[in-house]
Amino acid sequence: MSINPSENLARPGRSPRWRRTMASVLLAAASTVAVAGPPTAEVNTTGLAVTDDTVTIGILHSVTGTMAISETGSVQAEKLAIKQINDMGGILGRKIEYIQEDGASDWPTFAEKAKKLLVNDKVASVMGCWTSASRKAVLPVFEQYNGMLYYPTFYEGLEQSPNVIYTGQEATQQIIAGIDWVVKEKGAKTFFLLGSDYIWPRTSNKIARKHIEKLGLKVVGEEYYPLGHTQFNSVINKIRLKKPDVIYAIVVGGSNVAFYKQLKAAGIDLTKEKPLLLTISVTEDEIRGIGGENIEGAYAAMKYFQSLGNDNNQAFVKAFKEMWGDDIVIGDVTQAAYLGPWLWKAAVEKAGSFDIDKVRAASPGIELTTAPEGYVRVHENHHLWSKTRIGRAKADGQYEVVYETADLMEPDPFPAGYQ
Amino acid sequence: MFDGYTMSELGSIFAMQGFAGLILFSVFVLMALGLAIIFGQMGVINMAHGEFMILGAYVTYLCSNLFSTYLPGLFDIYFFIAMVLSFIAAGALGMLVEWSLIRHLYKRPLDTLLATWGLSLILQQLYRSIFGAREVGVSLPDWLMGSYPLTETIEVPINGIFVMVLTVLITTAVYFLIFRSGWGRQVRAVTQNRIMSGAVGINTERVDRLTFGIGCGIAGIAGSAFTMIGSTGPTAGQLYIVDTFLVVVFGGAQSLFGTIASAFAISQSQSAMEFFLSGSMAKVLTLLTVVGILMLRPQGLFSLKIRR
Amino acid sequence: MSTTFLNRFGSRADYIGIAVLMTLIVVVLPLTVDIFRLNLIGKYLTYAFVAIGLVLCWGYGGILSLGQGVFFGLGGYCMAMFLKLEASTPEATKIQSTPGIPDFMDWNQLTELPWFWEPFHSFGFTLIAIILIPTLFAFVIGLAMFKRRVGGVYFAIITQAIAAIMTILIIGQQGYTGGVNGITDLRTLLGWDIRTDEAKYVLYFVNAALLLLVIQLSLFVRHSKLGRIMVAMRDKEDRIRFSGYSVANFKIFIFCFAAAVSAIGGAMFTLQVGFMSPSFVGIVPSIEMVIFAAVGGRLSILGAVYGALLVNFAKTSFSEAFPELWLFAMGALFIGVVLAFPNGLAGLYATHVVPFIRSFSARRGGLFDRSVTFGGRVEEGGAK
Repeated sequence: MSINPSENLARPGRSPRWRRTMASVLLAAASTVAVAGPPTAEVNTTGLAVTDDTVTIGILHSVTGTMAISETGSVQAEKLAIKQINDMGGILGRKIEYIQEDGASDWPTFAEKAKKLLVNDKVASVMGCWTSASRKAVLPVFEQYNGMLYYPTFYEGLEQSPNVIYTGQEATQQIIAGIDWVVKEKGAKTFFLLGSDYIWPRTSNKIARKHIEKLGLKVVGEEYYPLGHTQFNSVINKIRLKKPDVIYAIVVGGSNVAFYKQLKAAGIDLTKEKPLLLTISVTEDEIRGIGGENIEGAYAAMKYFQSLGNDNNQAFVKAFKEMWGDDIVIGDVTQAAYLGPWLWKAAVEKAGSFDIDKVRAASPGIELTTAPEGYVRVHENHHLWSKTRIGRAKADGQYEVVYETADLMEPDPFPAGYQ
Repeated sequence: MFDGYTMSELGSIFAMQGFAGLILFSVFVLMALGLAIIFGQMGVINMAHGEFMILGAYVTYLCSNLFSTYLPGLFDIYFFIAMVLSFIAAGALGMLVEWSLIRHLYKRPLDTLLATWGLSLILQQLYRSIFGAREVGVSLPDWLMGSYPLTETIEVPINGIFVMVLTVLITTAVYFLIFRSGWGRQVRAVTQNRIMSGAVGINTERVDRLTFGIGCGIAGIAGSAFTMIGSTGPTAGQLYIVDTFLVVVFGGAQSLFGTIASAFAISQSQSAMEFFLSGSMAKVLTLLTVVGILMLRPQGLFSLKIRR
Repeated sequence: MSTTFLNRFGSRADYIGIAVLMTLIVVVLPLTVDIFRLNLIGKYLTYAFVAIGLVLCWGYGGILSLGQGVFFGLGGYCMAMFLKLEASTPEATKIQSTPGIPDFMDWNQLTELPWFWEPFHSFGFTLIAIILIPTLFAFVIGLAMFKRRVGGVYFAIITQAIAAIMTILIIGQQGYTGGVNGITDLRTLLGWDIRTDEAKYVLYFVNAALLLLVIQLSLFVRHSKLGRIMVAMRDKEDRIRFSGYSVANFKIFIFCFAAAVSAIGGAMFTLQVGFMSPSFVGIVPSIEMVIFAAVGGRLSILGAVYGALLVNFAKTSFSEAFPELWLFAMGALFIGVVLAFPNGLAGLYATHVVPFIRSFSARRGGLFDRSVTFGGRVEEGGAK
């Protein structure tokens, strides 16, 4: 399903404002036609889908199934980035076209579609995947057919593939800064770890526990519930009995909504911070489902919040809303997905070629000063250097940023001493 | 297992867990009542039951938006109106489905399973197309949030009490409908012998349609109530379906009393185990126990003797 | 020409059907589609194993199992465990804190291989386990249920619960099972790289051969006395019981047979797709597998293969063309098949194509004759 960029641009809205944007797109396009890129034979020696004026990439997310809830934002962000890059004249004089495939929240489907994108469509890169399971499923495909995947989600680490650029944070970046902050600023001594029962929460809680114990503090409980679990009264009772200073929650998906609603109903008012709740799994996207009033006062540790005040972010939020509507919210992963096409563009331009091997070689050290989250840089290990921030959830569904690390956190997917 | 707890703590654990179990019990009963009517009385395996619940949840969501925008003064009581509308919407859809789909399949109960599974896929995608793939947040009136402290360690969530009261009311209503009303008599007659019922002048088609509609309507109310404790998204309905069927089957499909008893047994054991084991293991053990007992007693806890 | 030409392995029509199907699978498809699509078709065909099992136990035995994914998964996991151990050589995993064990175990702080993984170092054991473990599991379930005369809807719901339990267990015990990610990154089978195009061709044909074997076995079962008792049992269980047969034993047998067949499909799936995950064990895939059988025709063994191919092909092409609409199409397919074509493709074939051929062949001297259907007798099938 190949979509011409101008066709897809017509989709989001049919408002007069849209016409104006459209007009500006056309103008921009006209003004860049004159600038021709280097010849195709030079920039594409491996038979990728690159022509004299287009380059095709893949978007691989779930738009159906249980994960569609989370992945929609990533798709929107990637389309926005592609549109903006095209408005600026594309990459090496070529417009980006994309082929979107649906992973349908089903891991083998992801592998199947990844293979289709790489083998049949010969895409130059793929923006995609969300859950670790989907990434694990496509990873062998990308390594075998030498593709390039830009993966947006914060995840558990323990992976470093030459064929993946991880634009989200790996576990230590999110966890260590967050725990250090509650210990230092809030004087937390005891922690209750809670998560959905799969690899990311379990690995993350393991790192959290090691770090907490390293600081000489105490974990008073650790609990996991099946994905999709909707009854949290028992664990809430446990929390009340153990009286931890901090509830460290990594609940995901629909369970999130149930957990926070029941927490509030059980009389645990998060705004009183007794106990304080720190999460690494609730972005603004999730709050829409949970309801701002139910999570008000909770803290989240991640690298991006929609409310960040810097100019890059202001422009990004404005452009995002123009394209996808005013009532949209932007979470951490959405922003990380937005970085994907830009990081790829920078790497291609640095390499002067679309060839996967050259892009890979060029990737480490790539910087983005225009990232909504501020400044990011690609590490040797294909993860991003980035700052970690703490946000406090407000009733309107936004986070108020209360802290950010002074320096960029170094990504460390195989943390020594935490395994 | 009991390490590190004092006696008084253990006391409040049992009190609180008992209460948590009661809430879970109410949730199970609400989920299962509609299905018990449809599956138990009519023999239709409605795999789209969860989607009917979610329809109720979406109706509630629409109501909450409507009231907060146009009638903020009445926001405090919108929930009751939403529940009535949920009942009507889910019931109407149920009757439509009965008319267009289910009535052709009464002689093939296992096929209703497949057809309603297809229906559930369609409904899910419909919700996704209309309301978007993301979960929607349903805002609740203030009086439904928060909790009521009984002692220092024991607090009772108000929405839990609300769900319990609702459960009692609906159960009572269903009891009277089935066992004390003329319509209920007809339903039971049709269940026991369709041909004879037709012969004595009962309009069996009408009875079927109404029964299915009411079953779905109750699912709608359940979905409406669950917006207080759970999530509202296109696929949220699937979370409930296995639990619901197990509750109904475990209780003995034809017996409404059995459904309630099994909901009680399952919910209390699950919440007790959840406290002392991990959440995942508690779930596995509960399901295993239920399956084990069902293997020993396939007709369920309580079964009616009916002549087939 | 005799009017009832039956031998122990199937009727003449069955052989013609098999010949057509095998020509399609072994000759036409490999010649017309590229290796990428062929690999996909190979994957669909592994579902056909499950669908054939379902035709036997549901269509002929009247036992609807909504937990066939469990057996498919068990077979697949057995194969995946062997392949994973082979891929986890100490050299390949030297960055781990404990080299030589699968990567996900290392992430979960396991420092040695769990005891039940040990035997999977042996390929011989693995092959036996692929068949034996699911069969034993089915035997235990069948023994407990059928001896107590659990049947119909109850059996369906209990098997569904078992599928749910298995999924939660596999996801929860991630140190031993790979959790929700499953067992991924499988590379070689006895040193032979299964990821190359050449290997994919070989695996595709091995899969086709196994499918042929399973079809033959199933036809044998169906045409045996046992098969006829099964049908009689489905239609009038009590009468068979009063005739002195042990109904439960027959049901247990057919359920175990279906489980074993599904497990073979699972193992071939792992080989062709290169990983196994709990998403094939749960309720949703199990119900989808029932749909394959229903679309093909619950009374037709060959129909099951076409059903699996057709539904999956539709799923893939719908989701490529209209990613946001394919669920509508799938749902409509389910409802349509149940309402309008309860005997699926085979039923359509029997009611529309066969009379046509017959009228044609009657004029030409009769290639087909009275007993010729794809087993798609038009009747009230399945449950009582």
